[in-house]
Amino acid sequence: MTVTQTEFRAALFDPSSDVPEGLCDGQGRPAGRRYNVYRNNVAVSLTEALHESFPAIARLLGKQNMDGVASVYLRQSPPSSPILAQYGEDFGDFLDAMPQLEHMPYLGDVARLEWLLRAAYHASDSTSIAPEALAALPPEAFDNARLILAPSLSLLQSRWPVLDIWTYATEDGAPKPGGTAQDVLILRRGYDPEAHLIGSGAAAFLASVTSGAPLNRALEHATAKDPAFDLAALLGLLLGTGAIQDIQTGAMT
Amino acid sequence: MRDTTPPPSRLPARAGVGFKPQHFDDAMAEPGAVEWLEVHAENYMGAGGRPLAMMRAVSERFAISVHGVGLSIGGEGPLDPDHLDRLAHLVNWLAPASFSEHLAWSTHDGAFLNDLLPLPYTNATLTRVADHIDALQSRIGRQMLLENPSSYLAFAESTWGEPEFLAEIARRTGCGLLLDVNNVFVSATNLGYDPRSYIDAYALDQVGEIHLGGHDSDTDDTGAPLLIDSHGRAVADPVWTLLDYTLARSGPRPVLVEWDADVPDWPTLSAEAARAASALAKVAA
Repeated sequence: MTVTQTEFRAALFDPSSDVPEGLCDGQGRPAGRRYNVYRNNVAVSLTEALHESFPAIARLLGKQNMDGVASVYLRQSPPSSPILAQYGEDFGDFLDAMPQLEHMPYLGDVARLEWLLRAAYHASDSTSIAPEALAALPPEAFDNARLILAPSLSLLQSRWPVLDIWTYATEDGAPKPGGTAQDVLILRRGYDPEAHLIGSGAAAFLASVTSGAPLNRALEHATAKDPAFDLAALLGLLLGTGAIQDIQTGAMT
Repeated sequence: MRDTTPPPSRLPARAGVGFKPQHFDDAMAEPGAVEWLEVHAENYMGAGGRPLAMMRAVSERFAISVHGVGLSIGGEGPLDPDHLDRLAHLVNWLAPASFSEHLAWSTHDGAFLNDLLPLPYTNATLTRVADHIDALQSRIGRQMLLENPSSYLAFAESTWGEPEFLAEIARRTGCGLLLDVNNVFVSATNLGYDPRSYIDAYALDQVGEIHLGGHDSDTDDTGAPLLIDSHGRAVADPVWTLLDYTLARSGPRPVLVEWDADVPDWPTLSAEAARAASALAKVAA
């Protein structure tokens, strides 16, 4: 009587299924609830991993609902790698698609924000340009320059007040979120991830820069979106957090 | 003190603890009896950031044991080549005093189940595990230590005893062994054998590292005790006694205290390490 790993694994995720035959106690009697130790270890450890990675979602749902959601998710999408910090990349999409959570349509974006903050925490270290380097460029070189941004930097454009909801869920006494769409810039100051609320112009600028556009083009996109876009303020934030890795000035080669 | 630790481990025959990021400042400032640290390989496989910076700092101060918890050496399928690459990169970067993994499986059909799942001790398992260890050792360019599991059940198909099975793997692959004394106590209680006879049968001359940890208590369907290897509390008294029994036979070895759930403050963990250090002092004298 052999027990294959396919049989062992199938019964792990299905608490109603029989314990595979061929598993026993020390005296050769059927293993019975001893097998549940493994069921429990798998479900509890992956549920805890999701609680740890998505604390705002856990706060918004409450512990019991989070446990229930995790129990469905970990069966549908178990980790594909032993690096648990990378577990949950599609948790936001999963929450979006869950019919029972239709009344909380913002959860997916909150999960994506938590994921991006964690990705920033683990992202490659990078060097940054001196703040003067940008100001020292002659105007025509500035126009054609391309910014290379730090690997920890990312952008989340949401239909929901995602940053306010995340803050409400993670900080005691934070105000109840209002109702407007928010664009969020995620970056890392030293080793600490930060989420910054930015305007639609800044979001358009960053989206353009990260797709490889030169500064003049990115600026056009930004001002088309928001005529009041404040380039100096955004560059100040990027330079102040070391988020600009390099400037490529193609015109000068 | 004569260091009798066999070659696959270059850890000092002293006390160590499992490293937790929240202990970073305290461990650096007040190491106490702690002379080396174990880190879980899979927690240091990100591209950069604070985890790797912390690891650079602690590895300058302490000898490091890299302990893999996710390779699935006992898996029926092939080892994950990406994970082998990540382990090789980490071992190359940290040049740890020891690298160890488990006699268990955790990945099946591409799903990582985050638990150390049990194996039948058969000739087929032996061949597969030995092949996987050969592949790992050749990829990372060094010998590893293989750890005995905590068992909650047995396989009717097993034809080997666990200590003999581990000794045979070590003989075939040249790997060393890690002896988790808490796992021995847990398995012996759960499967109804004498933990001292297990230690007597273990290839102690191959043991490069000894582990200790806390366990929880439950019961099975018949009301028999069922201990769970939780690493969530202090090491139990009978496990300390079993450590003394082991050290008296093995001689001094690197001894690690693992505390992974409900992690205590540094003074509490460091006091456990001090207790391990005094057990070592008894056999060194």
